[in-house]
Formats: sequence, structure tokens, C-alpha cells
Amino acid sequence: MKRTFLGEFEEVVLLTVAILGENAYAVTVAQELEHKIGRTVGFSSVHTTLQRLEEKAYLFSVMGGATAERGGRRKRFFVVTALGEKVLREVRQVRNDLWDAVPSSAFQLTKG
Amino acid sequence: MKDTSPPQWAVKLLARFADPNTSEEVQGDLMEMYSYWVRRAGVATARRRYVWNVLKLMRPFARDKKSQQYSKTYSASPVMIRNYFKVAFRNLTKNRGYSAINIGGLAAGMTIALLIGLWIHDEFSFNKYHQNYGRIAKVMQSVTFEGKVYHGEYMPGPLGTELRTHYADDFRYVVMSSFTGDHIVAYGDKKLTKKGNYMSPEVAEMLSLKMAHGTRAGLQDQSSIMLSESVAGVLFGVEDPVGKIVKLDNAMNLKVTGVYEDLPYNTEFRDLNFIAPWDLYVSTQNWVKKALDNAEWDNNSWQVLAQISPNSNYEAVSKKIKDVKLKHAPETAFLKPVIYLHPMSRWHLYSGWDETGNVNARIQYVWLFGIIGMFVLLLASINFMNLSTARSERRAKEVGIRKAIGSLRGQLVGQFLSESLLVVACSFVLSIALVVLLLPAFNALADKQIAFFWTNPMFWLAGITFCLITGLISGSYPALYLSSFQPVKVLKGTFALGRFAAVPRKVLVVLQFTVSVTLIIGTIIVYRQIQHAKNRPIGYDRNGLITININTPELSNQYNVLRTSLLETGAVVDMSTSSSEPTKTSSNNGGFEWEGKDPNFKDNFCTIAVTHDYGKTIGWQFVEGRDFSRAFSTDSTGMVMNEAALKYMGFKKPSEMIGKYMKWNGVKFTVVGVIKDMLMDSPFEPIRPALFMVNYGWANVINIKLNPTLSARGSLNKIETVFRKLNPGSPFDFKFADQQYAVKFATEERIAKLASVFAGLAVMISCLGLFGLASFTAEQRTKEIGIRKVLGATVPNLWALLSKDFVLLVIIACLISIPLAWYLLSNWLLSYQYRTEISWWIFAVSTLGALCITLLTVSYQAVRAALLDPVKSLKTE
Repeated sequence: MKRTFLGEFEEVVLLTVAILGENAYAVTVAQELEHKIGRTVGFSSVHTTLQRLEEKAYLFSVMGGATAERGGRRKRFFVVTALGEKVLREVRQVRNDLWDAVPSSAFQLTKG
Repeated sequence: MKDTSPPQWAVKLLARFADPNTSEEVQGDLMEMYSYWVRRAGVATARRRYVWNVLKLMRPFARDKKSQQYSKTYSASPVMIRNYFKVAFRNLTKNRGYSAINIGGLAAGMTIALLIGLWIHDEFSFNKYHQNYGRIAKVMQSVTFEGKVYHGEYMPGPLGTELRTHYADDFRYVVMSSFTGDHIVAYGDKKLTKKGNYMSPEVAEMLSLKMAHGTRAGLQDQSSIMLSESVAGVLFGVEDPVGKIVKLDNAMNLKVTGVYEDLPYNTEFRDLNFIAPWDLYVSTQNWVKKALDNAEWDNNSWQVLAQISPNSNYEAVSKKIKDVKLKHAPETAFLKPVIYLHPMSRWHLYSGWDETGNVNARIQYVWLFGIIGMFVLLLASINFMNLSTARSERRAKEVGIRKAIGSLRGQLVGQFLSESLLVVACSFVLSIALVVLLLPAFNALADKQIAFFWTNPMFWLAGITFCLITGLISGSYPALYLSSFQPVKVLKGTFALGRFAAVPRKVLVVLQFTVSVTLIIGTIIVYRQIQHAKNRPIGYDRNGLITININTPELSNQYNVLRTSLLETGAVVDMSTSSSEPTKTSSNNGGFEWEGKDPNFKDNFCTIAVTHDYGKTIGWQFVEGRDFSRAFSTDSTGMVMNEAALKYMGFKKPSEMIGKYMKWNGVKFTVVGVIKDMLMDSPFEPIRPALFMVNYGWANVINIKLNPTLSARGSLNKIETVFRKLNPGSPFDFKFADQQYAVKFATEERIAKLASVFAGLAVMISCLGLFGLASFTAEQRTKEIGIRKVLGATVPNLWALLSKDFVLLVIIACLISIPLAWYLLSNWLLSYQYRTEISWWIFAVSTLGALCITLLTVSYQAVRAALLDPVKSLKTE
């Protein structure tokens, strides 16, 4: 079975892009991650991850209009592609399958 | 929020080195993030984070992806270029004959341009071997006499000391020097006559001699000598030369203290085979010692070389030393002597002045040949353009189809240019092969030792640039012209070149022949000038006359013994000594007084010391009076003068002077005879007034007249035995006067030979072009000729029809080149005092010659076209 590997950080970033919807670009992704995870995320790693995800075709990007606050520079907005969605679902499915396979006694042993 | 902007250097760094694909949004994002960080964590942290992120986001090697997505369609893509060359190659092989004419003609032109380029490079690199090239100068003086300016390198002896002591700040080294001349260098049995010089010890440092043995400080001791590597090799073989004792001029024993690498052929001092110390010269030559001890400022007999100090320049120093001579020798004020420095960089090309003080030297030949080279190359390029445009009609259809299929104009230009570049590249390779092949012959002709620069990157760079330029220039006309055709017209067949399409081609042919005919006329006139000077009466008989330099004491003090022994052999008609060879004058003096002399007349004569037998030896031709004779004891103060001297002093008839006195340095000379002018100096200049006096002590040369009834070889053997016996210390070296005389024509003959070679090649290149063009015209008019033949035209008719156009062009070219050549060559001849006339027949002959060559070239094609079977020619297409 051909599987696409999705790293943990990649998964998180991809999900964040999905959450943000139309307003997903590097800055909002980085800030959202910070809120959700509760620790500072390196902007550069967010940026490179977004690039990588686009290369893997999980994301699709579009340049926005010029903005005054950024010195006239445009934003690059990201949208999750169908493939990206499929991959996210697969990952989730794997997780769920794994969770389901965990016997109910597994965590009780460590508790005691 | 006082400071909301991130560090400027980081901003710039990011703008410069961010990934070009994402640069814009990354810069914007980071700016936004920065203000966010400022709000959250304060300015300091924000700045730190900003910088950190910038560093992490730098992608200095990232490339723009957009540009790589599709292969480009512009005409310079590798595939297209490969295709251009493929088509070009096919075209070349399809028309082999024309390709050969094209490549051969261009290669010939390039070969000449390359050879001339090498020659010019060699001329300009003259003396550059010396490391202090930019700071060395010769001290010279100019004098103004009767409104004419003369420049001389003969300097007074005390000048060296004067410059050294009073102008110490301006000079690093001041070197006194005699003039390079023949001397005998002997070691054991080996005796060599070699050119050498006496010079101050600093010369080795100044000329940056490369020492093979010993050091540059070798000339400090008076009895030392430095030898060149080649001389040391001959004298000592493999032995270590340092410390060996050699004998100079059979009189001085000198210790070899250094051996220097032979100076290269393109240096002023290439003949300098040994250097002996100046002090030795002073102490062994009485007249020099006297001149220095008495500070004789009016005795100009030596050279002064100098290296200026690092912080001064030639102009400033020249200005300072201008009046040095005037100060010490005020009696020369009427000559207005000016001392100045002549920089080493100007020695070779700029040493020569005409009487008004303008430079009239070798640089003019550099210009001349440079221009010829350019023109020959131009001719070859013109050929190429001509042939290509002539072929344009044939390729018009090709251009039309290419355009219809979708060729851009740029691509067509590219194709034609690459075609011409291919031809040029082939020609370049061929011309390099030719240059390598011809270089030895060229070196012999031009008296050079030029080596081909295989390893010089500058040369290859220049060569390739040169190729590109030639290719682009010669290809540009066809490229731009052919690509401008309108495809519809061409393919419909309504395309015609029009009445004036051939005009540029005709102009080019005219230009080509103008250059060729000018060169032909030039060559004829240069040869005429040489012949004119050669036919000049010389006033004495140089047949069987040999001269031997007196360079040892043995020769100078046994005149009578030598003469009797020589006469006894029977191989010699007569023998005498003199102060200079009959083919040159070496001494000029003023201060003569005679009856009726204008007191304001500043006289200047060539003075030559001779013996009683001189007149008989060289065959003086007397106008009036008699030769010196031992029968008259008064003849020891006798004098013989030439006709020029008589005229110079203002007398008309020789009888006015014979028997009269001439007073010089307190001695009263009696004029006994007047001879016909004897040509001693340049054959291109008027003969100077000369006075001959009897003086057995002032002798530098032995003149011997061989017995004409015996073979020269046998006579010389007999003479050699006499010399071996009387002068065992030196080798028997003699010169034939007629050979010495011939040397005077060397420069002119060299120019004549080079000019004739260039003219020949220019004509050949022009003819190649004409040949190609004629064949095209003939081919184009095949049908016309066929119809004419059917209607009854004869072969001569057709021949005349086809040749007429070209003959007309060549006549126009001749009409242009005649005044041009006349103007250029009459200017050239002005630099010679004794010159030939430019007569009309030269122009007539050149024009006729050009016409003959044209007819021969064109006729081949014309006759061939005219003989063609009309049935066949009308069937074509």
C-alpha cells in the first residue's frame, strides 16, 4: 500500500490551515498554532513546512491582493487540496484504528 | 511603540537572499510577525526573533522556478544554434568552390593581419625586457643651426658627473657609456670579434640583467668584464667562467666577474656581448681621459644613460637639466643646445626627427603597416560580403519558406551570422596554420625574431574577439539584408532585386580595387626610389675594396711594414688607412678659416684623416688639382676637399680654392685638390662638405684595394697570412665596401619587399572576390546568354558583355586610387632629400596591370558561360 508520510508538525500545520479556512497564510498559521499548542513556534519552520506541503500537493496557494500594512507586499494564502484532505483523513483513520485496537486494560495497568 | 522597524540590515539581507519564489510573501509575513512579536514579547525579543528567522530563511542558492518550467523558444537556444551550424555546414559543402574562395580569401587576409599584428606587437614590446623600462632614459641634446633642429645622442664627457652630483635627487643611476662597437675578446687560442661597450658599473642594475653567473655588482673593479651567456659559452664551454682572465683588444687582461643572459633580439642592447668598466676605458684611452680631466664640454663623443628616481618624471627632469650644457660651454650658445631625456619607451619607435623637429621615425612604418593590415583584412571581409549577397537571390526562396513556416527574423539573422562565423572560424584555424608556416620566412624578411604566442591567453582572447568581430561585420550585411525579404513576394516569384540592388556590391568592388591599385603604385614607387638611389654616382670605386678595423696596437703603429708586406703579396693594388670607412663619416668639425670667409658663417665640415695612399686605394676622381703625394713634403699639411665643400664655402670654380689655405686648430692646411663628391653617408641625402687631411696617427680603418686580376678568395688568403704574422692577437675580420654600401638600403628594401608581398596578396584577394562575383553573374545570366546565342550573338560579343561591367568598375577604382597614391607617395618621398620623380607611366602601368588581371579573372567565367550550349542553358529549371 502506497502511503504518504506526514510528519507530526506537518499534520498540525495542515490541520491549522484547514481550521483557518480562507484566512490561512504563514502569519495566521504561526499565530494560531501558538494559541492552540501554547508554545512559540518558529516562523521559519512554519514557512518551510507550508512550502513542503505545497510541494507534496497537500496545499494549494494563491497570491492575495496588495496590502498596505505589509509595505504593499502580497500574502500567499493556502487552501487544503483534496489530496491533503484525503491524507489527513487517512492519518486520522490510522489513529482511530490503533486506538480501537488498544485493549481497555492497557492503561489500567500503568495506573495501578 | 517607539521602534517598530526590524533591523535594517536584516531586512536587506532577506530581500537579497530569500528564495526568489517566495521572497515577496516571506518579507511581508516576517514584517507582520515582527509587529506581533513586539506586541507580545517586546522590542528586544522581536528583533532577536526577526534576525534569527531571517537567517534561517535565507536561500542564497535557490533559483527561480518559473523560468525553468518551460524550455525557452528564443533563437539562441542550444538546439537552434546546433541547427544553424548544421544548415551552415550543409550550405558550405553544397557550394564547394565558393566556400573555398570564401575561406581561402578570408584566411589570406587574416594571415596578413595576424603577421602584421605580431610585428606591431613586437615593435611595441621593444626594450620591455628591462624591468626599469618605464624609468630609463637616454640623455640627448638638440641644437638649432641655420633654423634647422638636429638631435643627437653624442654627449660631452663631464655631463655624467654633473648630473650625478648636482641632480642626485632626480636620478637613481647615471651611466656613462661609449658606443657599442667591435672588439676582440680572447681566451687562450679562442679569439672572437664581438660587439661590446664600456659602461659605468650601475648599468647591470639599470638594465636588470639576468645573471647566469656572478652578480650585478661585477663591474666595480677596473679590470673586470661581464660577458653575455653566448660569448661565455663559446669561450669557456662548460667551465665556470667566473674568475677566468680574458684578453680584450689584445691589450687588456680582464677578469670575468659575471655572465648575463643574452639580451633578447627586440631590445636596443641586443648586440651587447660584453660590458667592460667605464673607468677602464677612461684610463686606457688618452683622449677620453684628457676630455674628462679638462672638462671638455664641447667634445660630444659619448652616451649618457640614466634611470630617473622613482618620484620624478621625464618632463620635470628634462626641464631641470635643459641648460646644463649652455652653462658650462657658453661658446656653443649660437647652437642653442638643449639637454633632455629621451625615454626608453620612445627609443625604438620615436628616435628620428625631421629638420623642423617633428618625429619622423619608425612609428610611421608601424602606422603604415597597421593600415595596410587593416585594409587587407577589410578586402577579405568585403569579398565575403560580396559573395554572400550575390548568393542572396539563390537563397531568397529558402528565406521565404523559412519565414512562412514561422521563422522569426531574429532566427534568420542568427542563421546567417552563424554561417559567417563558421566560415570565419575555419579561416582562423587555417590562418593560424599559415602564420606558423610563414613565420620563419617573415622573420627573415622583417629582421625579427618573433615567436608565435601559443600560450598567451591575451593573444587567444584577441584572436577570438577578432574572429567574432570579423564574423559579425562580414556576416551582418547578408544577415540583415536576406532576412528582410518579404516571404509572399519571394514565394510568388515577383521578387526582384531591383535596379540598384547591385550598387553596394559594385561599391565594394571599387573599394577593393582602389586599395589594390594604390598598393601596386606604392610598391612600384618604393622600388623606383631604391633604384634611383642605387644608380647615384658614388665618386669612388668600391669594387674589390675591403676595410679592416684597427683594433689592436700592433696594427696602428706599423703602417709601412704592413703596406710593403701587403704589396709584396701581389694580391693588393694599394693600401691605406683612414679615420673612417669610405661608407660612413664619423667626425664633424667647425672652426675652419679661409680667405674670404664671412666672419658670421658658422662652418661645419666632415673631417676625414687619410694617408698619402688613400686616393689611389679608393679611386678618387679629381675635378681639379692633384692627389696627396710623398714627393711634396708640404703635403703633410695638405688638404683635399669635395665639390660640396667648395660650394658650401661659396666658391664656384675649384681653381679659386686650389693652392689656398684652410686654417684649423692653428694649423695651416694647403688645398691641393678638389674631388668629385664621394657618397659616404645616406644615399638618400645630399652629400655633405668633406675635408680630407693627411694624418697617420688618426687611423681607425685599413682600406685595401684587391688586385682585380686575381680571385678575391685567393687574394684574401694571402692578405690573411700577412695579418696573422703582423697582428697575431686578433682574428682577421674584413668587410667588403660594396656590402657595407648595400646595408644602407636595408630599411628601404625591407619596406619594398614587405609592400610588394602585401600588394601581391591584396591583388590576389581582390581577384578571388572578383572571380567569385563574375561566376555568379555568369550563372545568373545563363538564360539571357542562351537567348542571345540563339539570336546569333558570337562568343566575343558575350565575352565583352560580361566583362564590360567589371572593367568599368576597375577603371573607376584606378581613377580614385591614382590621386590617392600620388598624394600619399609624394608625402613619403618628401622625407628623402634625394628622391625619384613620380612619373605618369607608373600610373599607366598600374592601371593597365589591374585591367589585365581583371580581364583574366573575369574572362575565364565569361568565356565559359559564352561557350555553354544554349539548349542546355535554356532547359534549366
